[in-house]
Amino acid sequence: MPKKTYRQAINEAIAGEMRRDHRVIVMGEDNAGGAGAPGENDAWGGVLGVTKGLFPEFGPERVLDTPISESAFIGAAAGAAATGLRPVAELMFVDFMGVCFDQIFNQAAKFRYMFGGHAVTPLVIRTMYGAGFRAASQHSQCLYPVFTHIPGLKVVLPSSPYEAKGLMIQAIRDDDPVVFFEHKVLYDETGDVPDEAYTIPFGEANLTREGKDVTIVAFGRMVGFANQAADTLKRDGISATVIDPRTTSPLDSEAILDSVAETGRLVVVDEAHPRCSMAADIARLVAEEAFSSLKAPIRTVTPPHTPVPFSPALEDLYVPGPARIVEAATALTKHG
Amino acid sequence: MLPIVMPKWGLAMEEGTLTAWLIAAGDTVEKGQELAEIETTKIANVYESPAAGLVRRLVAQPGEVLPVGALLAVLAPASAPEAEIDAFVGGFVVRDPEPEGEGSGLSERRIERDGRMLSFKVAGAGADGVPAILVHGFGGDSDNWLFNIEALAQDRPIYAPDLPGHGKSGKQLLRGDLDELAKAVAAVIEETGAPRVHLVGHSLGAAVSFRVLERWPDRVASLAGIAPAGLGTTVNDGFVRAFVAAERRKDVKAALQMLFADPDQVSAAMIEGVQRFTRLEGAREALATIARENLPDGRQAASFRALAAETATPLLLVWGERDAIIDPAQGEGLPERVAVLRLPDAGHMPQMEAAASVNQRLAEHFSAAGG
Repeated sequence: MPKKTYRQAINEAIAGEMRRDHRVIVMGEDNAGGAGAPGENDAWGGVLGVTKGLFPEFGPERVLDTPISESAFIGAAAGAAATGLRPVAELMFVDFMGVCFDQIFNQAAKFRYMFGGHAVTPLVIRTMYGAGFRAASQHSQCLYPVFTHIPGLKVVLPSSPYEAKGLMIQAIRDDDPVVFFEHKVLYDETGDVPDEAYTIPFGEANLTREGKDVTIVAFGRMVGFANQAADTLKRDGISATVIDPRTTSPLDSEAILDSVAETGRLVVVDEAHPRCSMAADIARLVAEEAFSSLKAPIRTVTPPHTPVPFSPALEDLYVPGPARIVEAATALTKHG
Repeated sequence: MLPIVMPKWGLAMEEGTLTAWLIAAGDTVEKGQELAEIETTKIANVYESPAAGLVRRLVAQPGEVLPVGALLAVLAPASAPEAEIDAFVGGFVVRDPEPEGEGSGLSERRIERDGRMLSFKVAGAGADGVPAILVHGFGGDSDNWLFNIEALAQDRPIYAPDLPGHGKSGKQLLRGDLDELAKAVAAVIEETGAPRVHLVGHSLGAAVSFRVLERWPDRVASLAGIAPAGLGTTVNDGFVRAFVAAERRKDVKAALQMLFADPDQVSAAMIEGVQRFTRLEGAREALATIARENLPDGRQAASFRALAAETATPLLLVWGERDAIIDPAQGEGLPERVAVLRLPDAGHMPQMEAAASVNQRLAEHFSAAGG
């Protein structure tokens, strides 16, 4: 099986869909690179190079560089989606999304509902998230809980190169607006990625480890940490199930509840701020639907409720890691 | 002094956890006897002894995570002094896994035939014996032989292809009939460079192997059918339809559980492995085509009963008594010289469920058939 990076997997998914369907277009800041300066075309391929190579193959009609005006190009992408194209718009860092909430929350997310099902909005918004890049408070947030909060949006968090390709193809073929979260730190991770096209359905969790003592639900970059924690726990005689929900909206609550029914213990690992987060959401779900299965309190492993610090030493402390997951899971098994 | 080491089950395996010993120091073990339970992040299974001898020392402790090739136990004659065993254990060095494509290590190859990729695993390429080709069944791939390849490769080169439409081979099919699948096996026979090979076919792979025997009898030294198709008319059509249609985890799990006597054998990794295959563009269509061609109206299209009764080629049939897909009774009523092994606690996947017994019986069958 060919090994590819997370970045290559996403690039391959978009390129493949552009070849398959002429309605798929790409737009964003520096997606081509050097707009207006022909000698610099394809100089960037997005700020971290994910769309590199698309401009030479598909040309300026289908790979569009936009001004630094997120509200304008996200609005344009939503309109293009509603009128027949299938845009993949890159909004560099999710931290900047605030300037176009109206286009996303009130327009794209609402078209299908407010037009009585007569409109579809096959829009993909790609965006980078997460800490660990020494990029300070305004370029390191997670924010996927904010989008999960809005009915009408689908929210996707690929945790590996394999997941990234299959979920991106599904996102492009999906008829609803999808916000696709790419973790900056994962871009250079490699893994087995088939050359062929494949889709991973939304709302179906992946069980990356299987055990009977504790359920660990983790998102995005945290899935790898949860797997490491599960392997460490195994050496201590604690067997853990690790659930990667893949999408926060729709959420595979069944997989989580089925697993908690077996283990009776739950740890949720979320890189987002702890208040109104996926950690809080899943804790609510299990407390409400599986209370009688629980043998111990639910534990969440999250950063503190502060901005992401710029100090490298503090940033390293801020991001949840395998040791904290091991500690939480071990505490639960001692509880009863 | 014979080291028992952490086995390598599949290309991806780098380390394993010894979960339990099934023997004690001082026991005399047979080749093929169950030694220990070993678990990886993907699979759990019983490890069978690669050799016979007296267990002088259990080196690894239950719960230990060890790399492939790490020393688990030492077999030695009773006459060997303790000090010599201490020295052997102390001086044991874990060998680096062999680079792909060399020696007896497991490697993966891809060739192009008829404009389509044909992928197969090779192990024991340096061994002397007549090569054996392991042909998986409907919806399977070469990983169905995870617990067999290493054991069988001790005596001979082992080739395990992904049939057209399956695994890492090309998904586009011409007709998806036995002839097309048999042609792919013939291409692998050519790759071995050997005049004759042993064929081992599981389920539909057995029908494919029978077709190879029918068309190229001179190339087949022996044939073993494991839960074989091709000897009766009925098949559990519910499984075939459920497997082709299943998209969700739960549905895949339910379908796979029909294959095993013990439903707990179906792990999350096995389910994800099947889903990774059926998600590929063209895979589900390929499965539907093969099912339509070979199992029209839910019945087996091809019968090789006459061939099995007449051929001079040594035949072995292995069945799990609890096979819910193909009735073991379909192996009855053939001439005496067709050897039959029936395993009480296995379902449709005896090569996984009773790997030790199957490996041992296959090794005997190959030797009896001449190398």
